[in-house]
Amino acid sequence: MTSLIIRNGRVIDPATGFDGIRDLYVVNGVFADSVPEHTPQFDAKGMIVAPGFIDMHVHLREPGMEHAETIESGARAAAAGGFTTICCMPNTSPVNDSATVTSYIVSRAKQNAIVNVLPIGAITKGSAGEELAAIGSMKKAGIVAISDDGRPVMNSRVMRRAMEFARSLDLPVIDHCEDLNLSAGGDMHEGVMSTRLGLRGIPSSSEDVMVARDIILAEATGARYHVAHISTRQAVAMVAFAKTRGLRVTAETTPHHFVLHDEELHDYDSNYKMKPPLRCAADVEAVIEGVVSGAIDVIATDHAPHAGNDKMQEFERCPFGITGLETAIGLTLKTMVHSGKISLARMIELFTTGPANVLGLAAGTLSIGAPGDITVFDPGRLWTYDVNLSQSKSRNSPFHKMRFTGGPVATIVSGRIVWSA
Amino acid sequence: MNLLGIEHLERSEIEALLERSKYFQPLEGQSFQRHDTLRGQMVVNLFFEASTRTRTSFEIAAKRLGADALSITASGSSVSKGESLVDTLNTLGAMRPQAIVMRHAASGAPHFLARHLPIPIINAGDGTHEHPTQALLDARTILDRRPTLEGLRVAIIGDIAHSRVARSNVHLLSKFGAHTVLCGPASLLPRELAQLATGVTLTNNIREAIQDADVIMMLRVQLERQHEVPMSAGEYFQFFGLRLEHLALAKPHAIVMHPGPINRGRELSSEVADSQRSVILNQVENGIAVRMAVLERLLA
Repeated sequence: MTSLIIRNGRVIDPATGFDGIRDLYVVNGVFADSVPEHTPQFDAKGMIVAPGFIDMHVHLREPGMEHAETIESGARAAAAGGFTTICCMPNTSPVNDSATVTSYIVSRAKQNAIVNVLPIGAITKGSAGEELAAIGSMKKAGIVAISDDGRPVMNSRVMRRAMEFARSLDLPVIDHCEDLNLSAGGDMHEGVMSTRLGLRGIPSSSEDVMVARDIILAEATGARYHVAHISTRQAVAMVAFAKTRGLRVTAETTPHHFVLHDEELHDYDSNYKMKPPLRCAADVEAVIEGVVSGAIDVIATDHAPHAGNDKMQEFERCPFGITGLETAIGLTLKTMVHSGKISLARMIELFTTGPANVLGLAAGTLSIGAPGDITVFDPGRLWTYDVNLSQSKSRNSPFHKMRFTGGPVATIVSGRIVWSA
Repeated sequence: MNLLGIEHLERSEIEALLERSKYFQPLEGQSFQRHDTLRGQMVVNLFFEASTRTRTSFEIAAKRLGADALSITASGSSVSKGESLVDTLNTLGAMRPQAIVMRHAASGAPHFLARHLPIPIINAGDGTHEHPTQALLDARTILDRRPTLEGLRVAIIGDIAHSRVARSNVHLLSKFGAHTVLCGPASLLPRELAQLATGVTLTNNIREAIQDADVIMMLRVQLERQHEVPMSAGEYFQFFGLRLEHLALAKPHAIVMHPGPINRGRELSSEVADSQRSVILNQVENGIAVRMAVLERLLA
């Protein structure tokens, strides 16, 4: 029997509304109301003790691109970033579009991952946007949602069928909203900055039209629909509107979409290239407002590792995406909490009950009997991010050498301390 | 020290280069003078995109200053064998040239080069971003005929969206107080261009652009950069092609410029290209003088 006591911390549990100093007990991997004698103790005095953080949008690159990341290294980066559960997108090689690939990921995670890894299955075979993947079998094998992240379903009829089927299986549909015709060839947000730099633009409208389409289809089908990495003013407004009408529509944004904007892309640094692109200041403002108002339910990182030689190229040739697991808490504290925009409890909600509700997970709470996953962080800890010390196999972060006030201190999965600062 | 673009160059720096290039201009009917300022230095022209005039111009400029000039074109190099830019650069760097002149289809490629190599990098055109020596030679060509750029009305007409020449010229002209009117079909004239620099206005009407212009710069439609079905050539010429009749709208001694290569009957009529107003060949000549000034400034 394994057990652990987390002592003296300020416990914040948005699921129950609790906020105060108390001890937490974990016995046999779940929260309990008492522990056996001589149970090991973790002193969390002066720290925040929260339900284990969930990152519902990461890329682990395994199977197929293990030179950039593996389930093992990605999980270590997650733990170092304060996450106890991560959901991996299906754009591996092969694509996670069958129970075979799902089972492979689940078994590799069981062997090698120090945090919980929950796979997300593809919507269509090979994420080619034409034929539905084996969604039912994948659900049996362990997927928690479906998405063709990175290769959005352009055919609206296919999306409609996917939503109908997902509804019958009670799976959420996550869409990377990008009209590929409007964004074709684009490398950064279309605006003054792209015009100045001579880079081809990805207009905000490429996101907006797909969010609009999806919300209409979600209403028609009754599906649970989730917007991945929302980044534009219009898209946030549409999600807010859908919510007022009682639709089952949710949205996530990433730290980089509320921390950085397109004017900060300087000297063609490929670590500022991702999809959706860093938007203009007005869009960033709207994303922040969405996080504050509740239009946005979740903060996810879209952790997208790429090997150094892939990112060391001309800006327009290098792949999209940046790593994010290790900087998410620091960036959110800095931009959202320390600036007074949201409370600590709201921040924790965005990382716990937010994603747990979208995905229908039992995690994200400290209630007795729930999985003993805990994120301990110190909102005042001074530290500097050094990408060369990253647990990820990749180094593509624009936040190298950034100084933070506040960051993760310990990550506990099923009552086991898997990482500590 | 590099020359990556006009945008971040000081006005005084530009003035010095324009002044110095005057010294390198040949006398009527003569060739460019030989100097030995850069004797023993090696300048590598690294051209990842087809170019005749710019590459030749840089080559002549380097040789006239006494340097050894070597041109490498992408199709004839290991780039076509799949070598990455960073490896090409490291290889070239190991050969210890004193400067690299680079043209590349990707915006920002010379900036990438400049981050990795400690020698001067000269941007000879990067994607749809900048082409600084073109703007310098255009300014030199205008100043050969006008006392100052200040207050001039310069119409730049054509495929502005994909033009590095337009961007560099807008930055330069703006620094000197000229007024620039950018003109082209809506799809090739993004509204954000108006915020590129001060003194820039946009219009989709060629007559409006040319009205009272001192300088008319015509640009080629860059089909290779458009990635979508373009407006038909006939439609384009009808609305955005420069014809003799248009010149009456401009100032009496207005000049017509073009960075080349020109497409007769596409963006300007043959009559305009060959008219007295055209200074297209003077631009080519000034290209060498300006590039000599740039190489001297960065290397001597």
